[in-house]
Amino acid sequence: MRAADGLASALSGNRTDPVSLTAAAPPVLQEVEVDPVSVPAERKAEILRELDERARSAGSEVAQASASYSEGRRRVAIFNSEGLEASDDRTRVRLGVQVVARRNGTVETGFETLGEHRGFELLDGDPGRIADQAARKAVALLAADPAPAGEMTVVVGKGFGGVLFHEMTGHGLEADAVQKDASVYANRMGERVAEPLLNAYDDGTMPHEWGTGAIDDEGTPSQKTAVIVEGRLTSYLYDRLRARRDDVDSTGNGRRASFRDLPIPRMTNTYIEPGDADPEAIIAEVDRGFYAVSFGGGQVEPATGDFVFGVSEGYLIEGGKVTRPCRGATLIGNCLQALARIDAVGSDFEMKTGFCGKAGQTAPVGTGQGHVRIRGLTVGGTAI
Amino acid sequence: MSELQELAERAAEAATSAGATEAEAWAEGGRSREVRVHAGEVESLTEASGRGVGVRAWIGSRTGYAYDTDLSDTGLAELAEAAVGAARVADEDENSAAPESSGDVPEIPGLRDAGLAATETAKVIQLAKRVERAALDRDERVTAVEEVVYVDEDSTAAIASSRGFSRSFAATVAYSFLQAMATEGAEVQTGLGFGVGRSPGDLDADGIGAEAGDEASSMLGATKPESRSCPAVFSDRVAASFAGFVGGAVSADEVQRGRSPFADRLGEEIAAPQLRIADDGTDPGGLATAPFDGEGIARGRTALLGDGKLLAYLHDSYTARRGGAASTGNAARASYRSPPSVSPSNLMIEPGELSFAELLARAGDGVYITEVAGLHSGVNPVTGRYSVGASGRAIRGGELAEPLREFTIAGDLLGTLAAVQAVGSRARWVPFGGSVRSAPLLVGDLAIGGS
Repeated sequence: MRAADGLASALSGNRTDPVSLTAAAPPVLQEVEVDPVSVPAERKAEILRELDERARSAGSEVAQASASYSEGRRRVAIFNSEGLEASDDRTRVRLGVQVVARRNGTVETGFETLGEHRGFELLDGDPGRIADQAARKAVALLAADPAPAGEMTVVVGKGFGGVLFHEMTGHGLEADAVQKDASVYANRMGERVAEPLLNAYDDGTMPHEWGTGAIDDEGTPSQKTAVIVEGRLTSYLYDRLRARRDDVDSTGNGRRASFRDLPIPRMTNTYIEPGDADPEAIIAEVDRGFYAVSFGGGQVEPATGDFVFGVSEGYLIEGGKVTRPCRGATLIGNCLQALARIDAVGSDFEMKTGFCGKAGQTAPVGTGQGHVRIRGLTVGGTAI
Repeated sequence: MSELQELAERAAEAATSAGATEAEAWAEGGRSREVRVHAGEVESLTEASGRGVGVRAWIGSRTGYAYDTDLSDTGLAELAEAAVGAARVADEDENSAAPESSGDVPEIPGLRDAGLAATETAKVIQLAKRVERAALDRDERVTAVEEVVYVDEDSTAAIASSRGFSRSFAATVAYSFLQAMATEGAEVQTGLGFGVGRSPGDLDADGIGAEAGDEASSMLGATKPESRSCPAVFSDRVAASFAGFVGGAVSADEVQRGRSPFADRLGEEIAAPQLRIADDGTDPGGLATAPFDGEGIARGRTALLGDGKLLAYLHDSYTARRGGAASTGNAARASYRSPPSVSPSNLMIEPGELSFAELLARAGDGVYITEVAGLHSGVNPVTGRYSVGASGRAIRGGELAEPLREFTIAGDLLGTLAAVQAVGSRARWVPFGGSVRSAPLLVGDLAIGGS
């Protein structure tokens, strides 16, 4: 209590008055068929051994494989002085595998994950396929040439390629950055920021996705928020504090890493809506370019709009065809320019899992898209 | 004996009573506060306190780990059961055993500044506001500060082992950083400033703010450079991130798993002789300094790079046993919630002879790199290859010229280590890439990706 008194006096003059809010009963979105806790540890170890064997059997060049399994159940209850009572029960299961391949002096790595907001039934079927995929990536890269350096057309792969939109646009739409004018998207509501073919959403209600919850961490029911409609900016992402400042409703994006952290505006599942382009045609129209199939991750400075992405699997595009694999590439650019240069969105939509870090807090997020083409982005390789 | 030390002893005993053949308990407790300031007002203020204990239990060569915050006798008994239960289902591992005591562990004076606990929260709020003011006053083009963050911590850690040793230490830390924004027309640039110390009194608010303000305004008008290979000077911040890359690659755990570009290279020439890097867990100025590591073994100094050679790997007791070496006292604990693992303590880049102006003169025409971005995805710790976003200034005729942004630097760790031509003479502590005593580096040849 002493600490709380200290806080109250230090913050005096900054009080906000309570407003009334009706308690909302959150919908049940996540049916958990098999509670992971009920599954014996031996079964989990067996899956990990299978991943290990599948990866190692992919060829004599596979030097190392490491597989990980994680499960988590988080029950949250939120009460506030406005009379709100809300709760959620979140179970997440995730499998990951990393493969190291070696040929003479060359070493390459491949990584693949399978994760959902779901019970152990996620691993029904053939979870071992991710080991094949990770091994295939690592081995394919052994033949890679150094990545090119310079500006060119870039085709971004489906699924985790959506991290591009997450960094390039999502972070700049979080209302804390917007309200401090520390985002290139501030004061652009309603403006054209992309070609009319682009529609994008943040949707915390997508069944079983990694960033899904019945409510956010302030008790606001999750929702689907259209952030870009036909190329126009339509909404920022709000928690309750920032929503009150802008005199709007929270969009259900107030998230926190744990009880130790304050809520801040965060994405849930962010994606570019599938377009009508055939992914093969998207590539076939490129004379010389770079195909970024997957990323290790990315980072953005919303105030300047400068972003970077580390490419984990990339290829050259020559004469409309995917030719040689490239190693060691980073994509770099500026949000507003790059977003405006998206000229094709593929129909082959997929969602992937990710972890997003902001202000020292880590949150599970979903990212997704079909193949996307950007006319002009800097590829930073070593082949000058 | 501190209260936490007694707690650790009770937890270790509870584990042996529950059936562990050996046990070790790590207890931690402390207070921290965090202040965030924007536009002259407190944006958020968090005070936290907590205690917890983590228990590593062995049954023969099987190990289990569990942690809890319920420190009652019942809680400790349940925690002990959980750790022992985990050990029962673990696989046998011949290299797994409770660490032996490293004998006497000398105290390191000056790790805890009692002045921190005595500093009222209102005072540190004033400090954070002053940092912001200093950035804004630096240049009229500095129009806003996104956020000033001030954090301090006063903590105690204790370890007790069934091998018969028990010890504890206390330390304080205070740091502040900010991101300033400079504006000219529609252009916005950002700049970072920071300071670290043992108490708020160690922090130079005006200097921290000025660094961010200067960096932001100096970046206005930045353009994208042409793609090319050229000499580069790494700022001390960038050099620290690079040292952190080296620090990860010398981990014996990664080396033994074949996941490091330094694997099988011990004693070989892998770097330019000008570059000397050591790990030193005993320097009183370092934030990672402690009398002992996460297994209770005395921290020490380990030379990593010298005379161009790879001199050592960093070990905890597990990798030491597996590799037939001795622990270098590099078992780190992120908190009581995780078992120890190999990690650098403070990385020390030995300063060289040249002033910053002389480094620029030696570079002639090239780039001065002040900021790198995307390290977590652009650096591959297994292969050693990297390609990251960068910004900085052009170097022309041996002097700083126009600002540059939106480019990449790329290469591989071994190639860059070999290309270091000189180390600057001015060193300072930098909290990036871990805790690094860093100095600027001149790299003879670096791939720049731009237009």
